[in-house]
Amino acid sequence: MDPSIRKIAFTLNGQKVSAQVESHINLVDLLRRFNLDGARESCGQGLCGCCTVLVDGVAVSGCLTLAQLVDGKSLTTVEGLDASGALSVVQQAFIDEGAFQCGFCTPGFVLMTHQLLETNADPDEHEIRDYLAGNLCRCAAYPEIIRAVKTAGDRMRAIST
Amino acid sequence: MKHHDIMPAGQVGRSVPRLEGRQKVTGRAAYTHNLVLPGMLHAKVFRSTIPHGRILSIDTSAAAAVEGVHRVVTGEDLRAIVAEPYFGPAFHDQPALALDKVRHIGEPVAVVLAEDPYIAAEAARLIVATYEELDAVFDEVEAMTSSAIVHDVLKPAGTFPDLKHLVGKRDTNIALDYQLRRGDVDAAFASADHVYEHEFKSQQVMHTPLEPMVSLAAPDGDGLLIHTASQSPSFVRIEIARLLGWPENRVRVKVPYLGGGFGAKLYIKLEALVAILALMVKRPVKLSLTMEEQFFTITKHACTFRIKSAVSSEGRVTGRRCEVYWNGGAYADIGPRVTQKSGFTAPGPYDIENVSIDSYALYTNRPPAGALRGFGIPQLVWAYESHSDMIARDLGLDPVEFRRKNILREGRPHATGTLMHDAEIEGVLEKIAERMNWSAPFDRGEGHIKRGRGIAIAFKASISPTTSVAIVTIAADGCASLAISTVDMGQASDTAMAQILAEVLGLATEDIKVIHPDTDVTPYDMATLGSRSTFHMGHAVRLAGEHARRQLDELAVSLGYAPGAAYAPRDLFKKKYGMQAGNIVGVGSYIPDYTSPAPKTGLSDNITPFWMIGGTGVEIEIDTQTGAIKVLKLINAADLGLPLNPKIVETQLSGAALMQYGFTLFENMLFDEGQLTNGSLADYKIPGLNDIPPVIENHIVDARQTTGPFGAKGVGESATFGVSPAIANAIHDAVGVRLTELPLTPESIFNALRAAKSQAGKA
Repeated sequence: MDPSIRKIAFTLNGQKVSAQVESHINLVDLLRRFNLDGARESCGQGLCGCCTVLVDGVAVSGCLTLAQLVDGKSLTTVEGLDASGALSVVQQAFIDEGAFQCGFCTPGFVLMTHQLLETNADPDEHEIRDYLAGNLCRCAAYPEIIRAVKTAGDRMRAIST
Repeated sequence: MKHHDIMPAGQVGRSVPRLEGRQKVTGRAAYTHNLVLPGMLHAKVFRSTIPHGRILSIDTSAAAAVEGVHRVVTGEDLRAIVAEPYFGPAFHDQPALALDKVRHIGEPVAVVLAEDPYIAAEAARLIVATYEELDAVFDEVEAMTSSAIVHDVLKPAGTFPDLKHLVGKRDTNIALDYQLRRGDVDAAFASADHVYEHEFKSQQVMHTPLEPMVSLAAPDGDGLLIHTASQSPSFVRIEIARLLGWPENRVRVKVPYLGGGFGAKLYIKLEALVAILALMVKRPVKLSLTMEEQFFTITKHACTFRIKSAVSSEGRVTGRRCEVYWNGGAYADIGPRVTQKSGFTAPGPYDIENVSIDSYALYTNRPPAGALRGFGIPQLVWAYESHSDMIARDLGLDPVEFRRKNILREGRPHATGTLMHDAEIEGVLEKIAERMNWSAPFDRGEGHIKRGRGIAIAFKASISPTTSVAIVTIAADGCASLAISTVDMGQASDTAMAQILAEVLGLATEDIKVIHPDTDVTPYDMATLGSRSTFHMGHAVRLAGEHARRQLDELAVSLGYAPGAAYAPRDLFKKKYGMQAGNIVGVGSYIPDYTSPAPKTGLSDNITPFWMIGGTGVEIEIDTQTGAIKVLKLINAADLGLPLNPKIVETQLSGAALMQYGFTLFENMLFDEGQLTNGSLADYKIPGLNDIPPVIENHIVDARQTTGPFGAKGVGESATFGVSPAIANAIHDAVGVRLTELPLTPESIFNALRAAKSQAGKA
């Protein structure tokens, strides 16, 4: 048996799963094996944010994360956000504000916005720009993305109070 | 043509959210990028490392010996399937893999097929090619006279009558020479009070769609199924059928959503190679480019534009000579069309009696250039609107006032002779002036922080003549499906077309199903390009809806309803067929009227079905100690007729402007002897959230396209036009230096300031 192959076990969108993975494959490749296409490799250098995945609640670039390193961790992909059947507040805000065009970068922005609003419930525009600066949108729906983050924050605070 | 007014259904003109919104925010929207087929092989391309040379040998043995490699293929191997594997929309000049010569660094030379993409990539690195190096030419002006000849013989496709004179032409890099002659430009210069002549350069940049280019071909019975991230499925089918000598119906092309296109995914790119490979190995073959490989595949033309104007002492432009050199790179792609179809707007949206245009498509040893959001227009506007300000300032005229004196107004002839209609050049100019508060005093900053403002206006003609066909099917329960080959790459064509059909049929937009391009099912469409879909496909969809509606009305009457009486379609089907059964199919086909330009003069009385008008105003701040530039305010205005969906139109305006903003301020493909040195997002920066101006305004100018579907026309490119010159004009306004080469980097501003200072010191 190929010594580079290792069995890993992890939690994927709330479900316990395992996989045999080669040492060279990355997190995006791993997710493909579970038929999850929301994280996408685009620049391949961790610069565009299209492959964003939350690992133990922290956003990482899937294209730069070796799959074997997620052994024992808990992963959330964009597909995990509407597990209840309803869209998350952030997803709904992105639709309502029209915060995307082609949609290829959208899962990354949605996941980063979730992480932002968990640490900062009411970010101002500067904080939003700064936090999401590592995600690129070539359609440049940036003004709408800023509005969507604000709208999502407003709605989340309204729910929690 | 008749007016197509807004009907009471209220579907058109409503800000309907994108129909596919839920799929996109959940990561479940379909892209070719995601597609995997059973038994599929991954292809990895081995590329040329020299800019120009004859291939002496290609050693594939080490690659072929790698465990897991299925096959290694060179250009000569392709000939077993297609004897002459050259493709292209304007010229049949591009081989699927290099044959006798390589013509740019990064050109595909061989390909490795393997089940594991990592093995394919590893093996491709083991291929060794040797070349006899030839002299290369990289600059578009040098290419006019260079002894380095990129293509020994010109090979125009038969599809364009105005390229026929180029067949078999030898020893030239000029792929097309387009000219326009109106009035007597020499006499205008001879009698002018002032003559101004300037030269402007645009740099080579790349579309950078975040879904990198990808195509997958699979044998399908006795035919071929191609899944591809393409903006032009109908063209892919026609071109692959031509290469294989097959009827069109043996080639099936399917396109889901695109992760961005911007012109990169037009015509034919990777499809010829995967099609031939799939037939060769009798298995599905997928080729997914990396971000770096996209830079080698298609780019935006670098351009040199020499513009000379005759101007009266009152500030009227009486004559203009334009010489435009387009750097098309190693393969023509659609460059010759850019040269002509954009070339004729080179004098700008101005009323000028005497005009001369020479526009040249040039081959060089750079990666190929094609269409990029504006089809050459932004390169032209960059020059003519910088030139406008330089003239105005020299004459002591206000830049807005100078434009007011010269703009083309309703009913006046454009340089081609076509009379201007439904072109709110004035409306766009005045909207920007109003939003900039142009006549009010302006804070010019203090100390080393200087402030300035600038504007630019422009126009574009729709590429013509082109055809769109639509098919609508009404099911027995009364719901409707729309089959069209328009590609939704983010511009929301699915939503806009559904709105038009819903309006005609009296249904809700959200209830229309739009069937994505599948050439077995969806009818012909020229392509999703040049902001043409709203107008052309919009009309085809309207006509298809009206055709279906007429048949329903006739069915109602045949079933005993009084003419004009209300009915529910489902009741008609039930009554006619005795159960929920049957269909009504409506078909619409649209091609606008058009007059080809006369060969010698370039004149035409009907050069375009509609004009797109766009303009930009900016306020900027410059730190004179560093050259750092901040754009504080970006105002976009466009005449797009009546908006079908105002909210989505706004996103299109700001998105287009911000794309051009990157091309203006920092994006630049850097070359060292033909070798790209910054082919990655680490080194080639595109705009992110921290780069964009704090204030962005988008204005839909009050207008209607009287010949458009529901008064609408295209909008995808209009806000790109004016960005570059508006910023350059603002830089001059702020600090008095004039930049004539893009991009407008802090370094170039700083160097210009230093040069101005040392000049002042000498004087």
